[in-house]
Amino acid sequence: MIAHSIFFYTFSIIAIVSAIMVTASKNTVHSVFFLILDFISISCLFIMIGAEFLGMIMLIVYVGAVAVLFLFVVMMLNVAQQKNQWFSSEASSKHIPVGLIISTLIFVELIIVVGGWKYKPDLFDINNSLGLAKVSNTHSLGQVLYTDYIHVFQISGMILLVAMIGAIVLTFRKRVGVKTQSYIKQISRERSDGVSVLNVESNKGVKIDD
Amino acid sequence: MTEIGLGHYLTLGAIIFSIGIIGIFLNRKNIIVILMSIELILLAVNINLVSFSIFLGDLTGQVFTLFILTVAAAEAAIGLAIIVVYYRNSGTIRVEHIDELKG
Repeated sequence: MIAHSIFFYTFSIIAIVSAIMVTASKNTVHSVFFLILDFISISCLFIMIGAEFLGMIMLIVYVGAVAVLFLFVVMMLNVAQQKNQWFSSEASSKHIPVGLIISTLIFVELIIVVGGWKYKPDLFDINNSLGLAKVSNTHSLGQVLYTDYIHVFQISGMILLVAMIGAIVLTFRKRVGVKTQSYIKQISRERSDGVSVLNVESNKGVKIDD
Repeated sequence: MTEIGLGHYLTLGAIIFSIGIIGIFLNRKNIIVILMSIELILLAVNINLVSFSIFLGDLTGQVFTLFILTVAAAEAAIGLAIIVVYYRNSGTIRVEHIDELKG
């Protein structure tokens, strides 16, 4: 149990510090790297607590796809070197107390909720059937996900499809002046467009394009 | 050192959520960091759902964490596509310069 505490505090301190660095870092590329570190430490926490499948999925989806997408966009847009101007420009300085007050209020409210939460005394004992079952986390998750939540699962697939189509439609750009292959023009071309049969008289020849 | 319970994980989620809120409000640099702060907030929600799911022995929280992952990935893709299009049109994504709606 002491190892559990050590690992929890280690990973959570790494997660909190890297979350702060995501918002406070001057360079956007560094922010993305700290976001990756944050996701990795949180997924380590998930694996430690017993949700192995979600920890691995967090690694694959966030670190493998989303963070790399962020990194790609940051490097493509050339905004990494823009200086952070939190405290220099006076137009932004009026946002700072508002943001601090709102986030502190939300944090205090959440802590009050967490601290004042009263559980039923037998809640942990009755419901804790996950550890008793002899199936792994992934197995039990699949048994629930593909039976009870199959419609929600398919709708989430639709969300991904719509997001993919939307991203393609948004960033698609029709270039002008680029030679491309047009299948419709190729297929709809007929014999009369390219070839014409002329009746050639002898000793006269043919004059083309008159 | 006390035993790590549900409250520890919920506190961690609350801290990361608040850091995400601070990041949204205080960031003046570019809008990509705001998207990353939204990702942090969704991560905090995931921490809450997974810790409740583990400590209460109910798998529904983990199932909904999967769906939140899906929605977060879709949101990141669409948001970054919008940012790319905006950058292509206006040449900047600084937050204070995005005021064409005069809101």
